[in-house]
Amino acid sequence: LSTITVSPEVHEVDPQKRRQAALIVACCTLLIAVAQLLIKIGANRLSHAGLMATLIGIFTIPPLFAGYCLYGIFTVLFVYALRHGEVSVLYPIIALGYVWVAILSAVVFHEPMNPLKVIAITIIVAGVAVLGWGGKS
Amino acid sequence: MGWKELTTPISSIVLVLIASVIGSAGAVFLKSGAMVLRPALSSILFNWKLALGIITYLLSSVLFVKGMSNGQLSILFPMVSIGYICTLAWSRLFFREVITRAKVMGIGLILVGIVCLSLANK
Repeated sequence: LSTITVSPEVHEVDPQKRRQAALIVACCTLLIAVAQLLIKIGANRLSHAGLMATLIGIFTIPPLFAGYCLYGIFTVLFVYALRHGEVSVLYPIIALGYVWVAILSAVVFHEPMNPLKVIAITIIVAGVAVLGWGGKS
Repeated sequence: MGWKELTTPISSIVLVLIASVIGSAGAVFLKSGAMVLRPALSSILFNWKLALGIITYLLSSVLFVKGMSNGQLSILFPMVSIGYICTLAWSRLFFREVITRAKVMGIGLILVGIVCLSLANK
């Protein structure tokens, strides 16, 4: 236990690995999006459930369980990415998941795609690109 | 927007707000846990920072599901981005990460995009 004394500031950061970390998180947001759609499907059965029932529901409602499993896989990859990248860059990149949700909703559930949605998606993607770019220097 | 549409309970707003702040704290714990990680099973199992990060993250998700189950998504959903702003502050405080203009711009754009998206989903 005494070996856990490495201070975060000492950790050196390789610019290439840093960019790689941002790319890993960006790609993994697709997992988050699928997880969120599954959780949304599962959460419909919980609209008036208490906190305890919600907790139990995570394990007993299949789409909710599958959704959280995907979150688990994402978390492992996120932790790996965090070793080499900045948390202030990597955490907001997760917002890319909402872009996937919008695209998947249109493609899989045939929800209508309107101009404002396209603008929103473009702005979020631009924001993530600016973040990834800025983290480089 | 008519008054009939304003049906988001304060409890849902508070839950989602707390979930956002807790979620950003979870990312900070995960980061500090990830920094001390070594390729050994014991390093993963006995990493209390990592465990705390996962528990915090999980708690945030539960509160989020709970908060989002009642009320308007167009009001609740954009509150997620408050977590990103918190992360900017936490990362400077705990990891001495620099707040660059690109980070502020990037997070700002994401925030605007999320607001647009929630308006579009109405």
